[in-house]
Amino acid sequence: MSSDHSTYQPSTGFGRWMDQRLPIVRLSHDSFVSYPVPRNLNYAYTFGAILMVMLVLQILTGVVLAMHYAASTGLAFNSVEKIMRDVNSGWLLRYLHANGASFFFVAVYVHIGRGLYYGSYKAPREILWILGVIIFLLMMATAFMGYVLPWGQMSFWGATVITGFFTAFPGIGEPIQQLLLGGFAVDNPTLNRFFSLHYLLPFMIAGVVVLHVWALHVTGQTNPTGVEVKQKTDTLPFTPYASVKDALGIALFMLVFAYFVFFMPNFLGHADNYIPANPLKTPSHIVPEWYFLPFYAMLRAITFNIGPIDSKLGGVLVMFGSIIVLFFLPWLDTSKVRSAVYRPWYKLFFWLFVINAIFLGWLGAKPAEGTYTTMAQIGTLYYFAFFLIIMPLLGLFETPKRLPNSITEAVLRKDGGNTGNTPASAAATPDTRG
Amino acid sequence: MSDNTSTTDGLGETTGEPTRRDFLYLATGMAAAVGAAATAWPFIDQMRPDASTLALASIDVNVSAIEPGMSLTVKWRGKPIFIRNRTAQEVEEAKEVPITELKDPVARNQNVPGDALATDLLRSAGEDKENWIVMIGSCTHLGCVPLGQAGDFNGWFCPCHGSHYDTAGRIRKGPAPENLHIPVYAFSSDDVIRIG
Amino acid sequence: MRKLFAQVAPIAAMVLALSAPAMAAEEEGATPHYPLLKPKLVDWSFAGPLGGYDKGQLQRGLKVYTEVCAACHSMNLVAFRTLEDLGYNEAQVKTFAANYEVEDGPNGDGEMFTRTAVQSDYFPSPFPNEEAAAAANNGAAPPDFSLLAKARYVERGFPQFVFDIFTGYNESGPNYIYSLLTGYQEPPEGIEVPEGAYFNPYYLAGPALAMAPPLSDEQVTYDDGSPETVDQYSKDVSAFMMWAAEPHMEERKRTGFMVILFLLILTGLIFMTKKSIFSRVEH
Repeated sequence: MSSDHSTYQPSTGFGRWMDQRLPIVRLSHDSFVSYPVPRNLNYAYTFGAILMVMLVLQILTGVVLAMHYAASTGLAFNSVEKIMRDVNSGWLLRYLHANGASFFFVAVYVHIGRGLYYGSYKAPREILWILGVIIFLLMMATAFMGYVLPWGQMSFWGATVITGFFTAFPGIGEPIQQLLLGGFAVDNPTLNRFFSLHYLLPFMIAGVVVLHVWALHVTGQTNPTGVEVKQKTDTLPFTPYASVKDALGIALFMLVFAYFVFFMPNFLGHADNYIPANPLKTPSHIVPEWYFLPFYAMLRAITFNIGPIDSKLGGVLVMFGSIIVLFFLPWLDTSKVRSAVYRPWYKLFFWLFVINAIFLGWLGAKPAEGTYTTMAQIGTLYYFAFFLIIMPLLGLFETPKRLPNSITEAVLRKDGGNTGNTPASAAATPDTRG
Repeated sequence: MSDNTSTTDGLGETTGEPTRRDFLYLATGMAAAVGAAATAWPFIDQMRPDASTLALASIDVNVSAIEPGMSLTVKWRGKPIFIRNRTAQEVEEAKEVPITELKDPVARNQNVPGDALATDLLRSAGEDKENWIVMIGSCTHLGCVPLGQAGDFNGWFCPCHGSHYDTAGRIRKGPAPENLHIPVYAFSSDDVIRIG
Repeated sequence: MRKLFAQVAPIAAMVLALSAPAMAAEEEGATPHYPLLKPKLVDWSFAGPLGGYDKGQLQRGLKVYTEVCAACHSMNLVAFRTLEDLGYNEAQVKTFAANYEVEDGPNGDGEMFTRTAVQSDYFPSPFPNEEAAAAANNGAAPPDFSLLAKARYVERGFPQFVFDIFTGYNESGPNYIYSLLTGYQEPPEGIEVPEGAYFNPYYLAGPALAMAPPLSDEQVTYDDGSPETVDQYSKDVSAFMMWAAEPHMEERKRTGFMVILFLLILTGLIFMTKKSIFSRVEH
């Protein structure tokens, strides 16, 4: 798309002068105004814009919180409480930042789910997808280190457990852990470096986001039909059509976000983090933040040794593997058809995958005992089977439905029976949104 | 945003009442702008001194041990406060200077009216206590801490940019625009000064 | 579609079959789960999206805290100046603070000294440090009160925690504190209570806790005619602790109300704009 000729025409003398020297207005115009998007995008496609807003919000609130925060074990907890009690609007900024992390993950999971459903990772969008997985990894690292900063009980023990992963690797494990911690246990050096990295990583995320959007604008969006854009009538200009839809998506998302920030600000957090860190006493029940729970369940599901790999290393490998596998997704899916709309079996397995992920999340919050472990093992099995067995095989055996010849055809066919006001596009039925 | 939409509107307009539609776009754009502006407020608001800083209490200083010719520096609100028990000679020197000769003729004393003249009495702790002078030890030029009993007027001298203050802390020479400021304070007893 | 269902049904059945014994295991399990009883639900004035603190109750709670709890429990993060939130004026706060002595210094001779507290000071701790607090209390340091109402949460379980989102349930902490204070009782048969511990089925971390029942009827005198009972004391001090943990709650809810209202209007406007723009094309 970027190779298309630009439609930007400077209207003022200064505009022309500027355009010949730094065509930044032209770039913005081509990327966010005249940029053509498929005409059948539904609301699941607004989450990219929502994520952009959340990233900016997290960076802004984070920068101002850092003006009051003290990264020292003796001061950290009380400096956060000072923000909550004494700093002007401090409680608002901190609740925005803490709940913002949660809602960032809500949005990213919907965004990833949309990509899985509509086959957005398939050629020619492999790099786009891989950049997305990198952003996801950076987000997880940022969120983890950010959670350590208030220096409450969950901060401390979460950091202890997560950095403990590295001790699973024989030989090199412990030196790596000591390198990460800057000591033999989580302490002041750990807190200081986590603060530094927590401040740095969001800007790296922003950098990768630029690449992600760049790659997107090279290949163009997918759409619910999975059929590539073929003709001019398949698309609409980004502004006003996609931008106003994004704006509506953002506004609705902000409504839910605001409800949590102002009326349930501690619901998504953990009560134990209001107790100052105590290196001598572990809370009875350690759980990570909700957005890590499925991965935590998979970590704990491996209770047996696999050949030379003991259960500890096995759990860690499975947990890292659950994200690494996403990198290979473009090549694991063998289907010729992109969108789940035309893949009845894939659709079924996709929704099972979503249910399984939620199920794993629930298990992650449960104590690791008895049948919970067995259930987590089944859930883990399905998680990996979905990517490593179902996806490659389904492409070979599944008979897809007939694809429309073009986006325009799909839109008009649907439109016959509809009033044309339904925001859901062409082929997407209501239950597939989101 | 409303600009873009109304341009497109003009090009692709087929049905409806343009005025009502334009109004809708304008209202939406305005509401979004108001929202953005309101969101900016807490980000600016958080920079103001916080509640614990504003509540910083007054401090009590016991000055019974300070003989004439001795000084004490204490910290109040993050700044040094000079407390000096001046010698009779220093008081005399300060009294002899006519107001017209001063660079800054205003007392800069928070305990007297804002337009009071910088006489030695109004710069000091007042009648019967004219030997005492209490000042914020922060040069009115750019905030360095002046050295005591130094400079051309035997008062205070700021080494950063060469401002000379006299024995009543009044600027006499150099770049500083105002006399050294005097904070709110009072003798709560003969021996104790309460600052703030 | 029917074919799909035939595929899903066995999986669902398997999941159900697996989860049934899980529930059974929880009941007969060797390690009992605490607390033995869920907290009692109190109708707090600060519950719900519009709820605010009852200043009279907070003042009574402060009285219970200072006359009873403060003997062992610190409240390090609360400054006297913030007591103006409870409806006191500056002079009253000054007088209240003057009841306390705080350590300050060093003075000119390099010595620490004690002085009368002023508004900018924080509630002083009853013990010089945590070790001293633990030593004086059978090895268990009494927790600080500043955040306790937010630091205690009793699992609500599925699906209750989902409903909690919609009902706006944020009172787990005060409910727990109230239940604990009013929940002391004789241990039932079969439960061993160690020496120096007191059975309480509402306690989060075991069957019994080291704190003796702290309140008794008519222990604290109320000036406003409220009943001088353990039940009332417990409610008042729980509400006070909620305020201590979340002093800006009322401001937060007020702001939230305006923000939600504004967002609803903005969403409505964007929705109409979007409809108007999309009315030009088939999509």
